[in-house]
Amino acid sequence: MAEPPRRPPHRRRAHTRTRDLERYAGLFAERTRVMRSSAMRDLMAITARPEVISLAGGLPDTSTFPPRSFAAQMTRIAQESAAEALQYGPTEGFEETKDCIAQVMGAEGMLPEPEDVIVTTGGQQAIDLVCKTLVDPGDPVICEAPTYPGAVPVFCSYQADVTQVDCDGDGMRVDELESVLETLRAAGRRPKFVYSVPSFQNPAGVTMSFERRQRLVELARAYEVLVVEDNPYGLLRYEGEGLPPLYQLDGGDYVVYVGTLSKILSPGIRLGWAVAPPPVMEKIVLGKQASDLCTSTLTQYFVREYFAEGRWLEYVGSLVGIYRRRRDAMLEALERHFPPQATWTRPQGGLFIWATLPEYIDTGDLLAKALREDVAFVPGQAAYVEEGRGRSSMRLNFSGGTEEEIREGIRRIGKVIEEQIDLYETLTHGVGAQAEDSGAQTRPDPARPDAEARARGSQSSLARPSGSGGRAGDDKREGASEIAGDDERARAGAEEAAADVLPFRKAEGGGG
Amino acid sequence: MKVAVLKGGRSLERGVSLRSGARVEDALERLGHEVIALDAGADLVKRLTAEAPDAAFVALHGVGGEDGTAQELLEILGIPYTGPGVAACALCMDKVLAKHALREAVVPTPDWFAFNQTAFRELGAADALEAIEERLGFPLVVKPARGGSSLGVKRVESRQEVPEALVAAFSYDERVLLERFVAGRELAVGIVGGEPLPVVEAIPREGDGYDFEARYEIGRTEFACPAGLSDEEAGAVSASANGAYEALGCTGFSRVDLILSPEGPQVLEVNAIPGLTDTSLLPQAAEAAGMSFEKLVERILGLAQTR
Repeated sequence: MAEPPRRPPHRRRAHTRTRDLERYAGLFAERTRVMRSSAMRDLMAITARPEVISLAGGLPDTSTFPPRSFAAQMTRIAQESAAEALQYGPTEGFEETKDCIAQVMGAEGMLPEPEDVIVTTGGQQAIDLVCKTLVDPGDPVICEAPTYPGAVPVFCSYQADVTQVDCDGDGMRVDELESVLETLRAAGRRPKFVYSVPSFQNPAGVTMSFERRQRLVELARAYEVLVVEDNPYGLLRYEGEGLPPLYQLDGGDYVVYVGTLSKILSPGIRLGWAVAPPPVMEKIVLGKQASDLCTSTLTQYFVREYFAEGRWLEYVGSLVGIYRRRRDAMLEALERHFPPQATWTRPQGGLFIWATLPEYIDTGDLLAKALREDVAFVPGQAAYVEEGRGRSSMRLNFSGGTEEEIREGIRRIGKVIEEQIDLYETLTHGVGAQAEDSGAQTRPDPARPDAEARARGSQSSLARPSGSGGRAGDDKREGASEIAGDDERARAGAEEAAADVLPFRKAEGGGG
Repeated sequence: MKVAVLKGGRSLERGVSLRSGARVEDALERLGHEVIALDAGADLVKRLTAEAPDAAFVALHGVGGEDGTAQELLEILGIPYTGPGVAACALCMDKVLAKHALREAVVPTPDWFAFNQTAFRELGAADALEAIEERLGFPLVVKPARGGSSLGVKRVESRQEVPEALVAAFSYDERVLLERFVAGRELAVGIVGGEPLPVVEAIPREGDGYDFEARYEIGRTEFACPAGLSDEEAGAVSASANGAYEALGCTGFSRVDLILSPEGPQVLEVNAIPGLTDTSLLPQAAEAAGMSFEKLVERILGLAQTR
C-alpha cells in the first residue's frame, strides 16, 4: 500500500494557543464582529456533501459551454498575446472589455459612456467598491427585504445602518421606501444609497413593475439619493416583456449600475462591472486600485476573444432555454409536493424561487431535517440583516441542478415540511383552545378553518392570471379565492403575482 | 506512535469536528507521532484495517462519532481509542438517558419530561402538555434529546411558543425534552483522566441574554477561566461535575456543562467528546491549569484504552 503523501510541515500555523487567540482578539476590527451564527454556518457546510441535492447554491450551469471553443480562445490568446495577457492592466479595465460590456448593456437598451464604466472582479467587488466609496460606519443604507444574501456581509462589514424595505410581487414597495426616506430626512440623515435587484430578484425571484421603477428613479432625484441597481439576471428572461433597467430610466445621474458576466458566461472568470456618474467613478477607481490594482488581464482577454466570436447572445439564448425548463420543473414539483399552506413566487427569469411556509416553521431547523434526506436550500434569514426575520422562508435555486434533481429535491423538501406541519397540527390540537383564549396567538394556525382558507387563498393568488388584477400588490389577497380551483390553467398564464408570499411588516412601515 | 485521527463524518457538527481534528493532528505531529487523518466515511473500517494504527484519537462530534458508533467499530478492530467508551458515549449523547443516570446517582439536574414523536402522533401526548407546563413552569427549555451545540434548542416563555419549539427540536431528533429553566451562571468543567480542570464561565454580552446561538460564538460571549467563584462554589461545581462524569461512566476526558443557581449547581449535560478547536472550552481550561494543548493531547492519548 502506497505511503500517503506527507504534508509539508509548514502547511498549518505552527502554534495556536488560547493566549494567542486572546491576543489576536484585541486586534480584530469592529466590523469583524458582524458574523452569522456559527451553528448555521456549519450546517451550510454540510450541504456540500456529494450525495446532497443542493438547491441552495446560486450556480449557473457551466456544463454546456463548448470546451472546444473555450480551448480555441485560450489557445489564440497564448499564441497571439501571451505577454500582454500575463501582464497588469489598467485599473478601469481594457477598452475592449468595455466594448463587450456595452454590447451586454445594449441588449437591454442601455448605452453607457465607456469612461463611466469600471471593470471589476465580479459584480460582488462592484458592490464592495460602491460601499467602500460611499459608506462610513453608521451611514444609512436601504435595501430590499429580502435582499441578496451576498450583499448582507458587505453592508455589515462597512458597518452600514441597513433598513430593509419589503418586497411584494411587484418588487420593492416604493411607497414604503418613500416613507423611510421621509423619516430619515426628518431625522436629518441622508441614506447613502438604495440597493435593489429590480429584475428577477435574488432571492425572491420577483421583478419590479414599470410604475415602481419610474417612481424609484423619481424618488432618487427628489431625495438626492443614489440607487445601486444590481442586474445580474436581466438577460435571463423566460417569459413576458422586458422592462427598462433603472439606469436607462434615470439616464445615469442617480443610478449606479452593477453588472456581471457570471450568469451569462461564467462565474469562474470573475468579471463584473460598475457604471457610475464621473465624480463617483473617480473614487471607485481609487478604491479598486487599493483593492487589487486591476481585474485579471487574462480574464479580460478571454472575454474579448469570446465576444469577438459574435455568438454570446446565442449562448445566452441556450441558457434561457435550459433554465426555463428547470424553472418549470421546479414550479411543477412545488405544486405537486409542497403543502397548501406554503406559498412561493413564480419568477419570470433569473435563478431563484422564494417559498414561504407557515410561521411556526423555522427553515433553519427544517434544513437540519432536510439534510437527513440529503437535500438542501438556503434558509430565508440569510436574506435579512435584522435577526429573526425570514425565518419561515427559503430560497430555492433552479439553475444548478438537472430537472430530475430539481423534482427529487423538491419532493424531499415537501416531505419534511409535511411532517412538520402534521406534527404542529397534532400539537396544537391539544393546546389550541387555551391558545385561542389567551389572545396572544398571533401566528396563523392551520388547524383553524379560517386560517386554512386564508392560506389557500393566498396561495391561489399566485395563480392569478396576468391582467385579471391590478398591479398593486396589496390588493391581491382580496378575492383571491374566487379563482381558486382552476389552478393549472391559471398558473400557466400567471404573472409573478407573489404579493402575499413575501414577508410583510405592515405595522412597522419598514423601519430597520 | 502511529495515531489515526478520526474527524468529520456526517453529523451536523462536521465543521467543528474537522477543526478539532486538524488541531489535534497538528499537536500530534509536533509531539513526534505519525499521524493518519481520517474523515469518517464509508471507507473508515477499510482504512483503519489497512493503516493498523497503534491508537485512534477520536475527534468526532455529534451523532455517528460521539454516540458510540465509531467507538464500537474501533473495539471490533481492537484499536485503542481516546475518550469515553461505547456505553458512556451513548449515554452522554442522549440527554434523556443521561439525565436518568444523573438522577439515579443523585447528581442534581433540572426537572424534565421527554417525548418521542410517536407519543404525540399516536398517543395524544399533546393533551399532557398542559400538565407538564404546570409542573415545570415558564420559562422552559425545549431541546432535541441528541445533538450538540445549540441547534434546535429554544427557550420558551409561554404556552403558545411550545408547539413551535417542539417542531424545531423534532427537526434534529425523534425525541425531545422539555426542561425546567434554571437561572444562574453558565459553567463548564473539563475533566481529564478523572481530574477536573479549572471551571470556565460563559458570560453573554449585553443584549444576548439567552440566545443559545450566541453561546459559543466568539465576540458574543466572553469566557472567563478560571471562573470567579468562591472556593466553596468552585468545590461544589467540581464535585457535581465529577459526579456526572462518573455517573455516566466517562473515561479519558469529557466536559460537563452546568448552571450554578442560587440553590447550587445543576448539571445540564456531559459532552463525551468536547470540542478541541482554538475556541473550545476544554483546551482553555487546560491552558488555565498550565497544560499546553500538546500536553493535553499527549495526556488524552496516554489515557487511550483497548476495550
